[in-house]
Amino acid sequence: MARLKPEINAGSMADIAFLLLIFFLVTATMDVDSGLKRRLPPLPAKEQAPTEVSRRNVFEILINSHDELLINGTHGTVEAIRKQVIDFISNPAEDPAKPEKELLSVRKTREAEQGNFAEVEALQQAIEVLGDYPVSQGIISLQNDRGTSYDMYLRVHNELTAAYTHLRDDLSRRHFGVAYARLRDKRHIQAIDKAIPMNISEAEPLNVGGAR
Amino acid sequence: MGRFTKKAGNAVPALNTASLPDIIFMLLFFFMVTTTFKKTDVLVQVRQPKASEAEKLEKKSLVTYIYIGTPADPALGTGQRIQINDAFADVADVAAFVESERASMPEQEKSKMITSLKIDKASHMGLVTDVKQELRKANALNINYSSKK
Repeated sequence: MARLKPEINAGSMADIAFLLLIFFLVTATMDVDSGLKRRLPPLPAKEQAPTEVSRRNVFEILINSHDELLINGTHGTVEAIRKQVIDFISNPAEDPAKPEKELLSVRKTREAEQGNFAEVEALQQAIEVLGDYPVSQGIISLQNDRGTSYDMYLRVHNELTAAYTHLRDDLSRRHFGVAYARLRDKRHIQAIDKAIPMNISEAEPLNVGGAR
Repeated sequence: MGRFTKKAGNAVPALNTASLPDIIFMLLFFFMVTTTFKKTDVLVQVRQPKASEAEKLEKKSLVTYIYIGTPADPALGTGQRIQINDAFADVADVAAFVESERASMPEQEKSKMITSLKIDKASHMGLVTDVKQELRKANALNINYSSKK
């Protein structure tokens, strides 16, 4: 009589695997970090003379230690910043009180004189992609107090990001038919970055509210 | 024509579950690979601020974290502290820490290093500015203000 080969019962295998699966599901921390990206300015080489900027090109935001805003000399709210910045940077009516514009080609010539060839190449590409776009010379100047809360600071930064995203989306839609965030071609993204550069200048914080 | 007649009394055949473990194993491996165990214990309380424009940080290997907030354990004081790795740190330690993190990165990625600042929303900008100044000294210029959408 032939012996029956004993077979391992694999019925519970699935249960064991399920148990392991659930363990890893629970311990999996798929926390995605998100946030606002910024680039800090490099430390100035030695004593560098501050660059002169014409008054019309500066959009001034001050935050005091009580989280109050002073926007271009008048009391303002966070919610209003976005619209004001969009209007300031785009300057559709060529208002002489708002920033002047510089054609990409003019900027390219200027950079070539200073010998920044990487920059020249990037600008040349931008011209090829977008045409000779007038770049706003506007700068957002942001100054806060050492006592300003981080929450307020970030809300202002968020509004500034939103304003620039709006402007870039606008240009991107006109040229490529999709929003800026959905652009995949590196050249297109870089061209838009050159056409609408994010110029945020942060001054040393004040210390009115006492040392913190 | 008997050839095409159905077998009588056709019961529904039992579903073959032999491949079920394989499917589950595949899921298991997926989660095993994607799981990242938390590396650091957060000693300071960080309530992240909200920002509607927050973008995802894509490459985790490029990111270095610095935490700022009040200690989670009130016995350690109520002032704002900086946490680096698993310990409290001073402003003066930031540059050295960033340098050592950068040294451990592959050469071609060093310039793309991002420092993610996880800062409690009630923090004051004084300390944050000091940290930013240190980062500038260490030439770690790409930063990310960590915030929830």
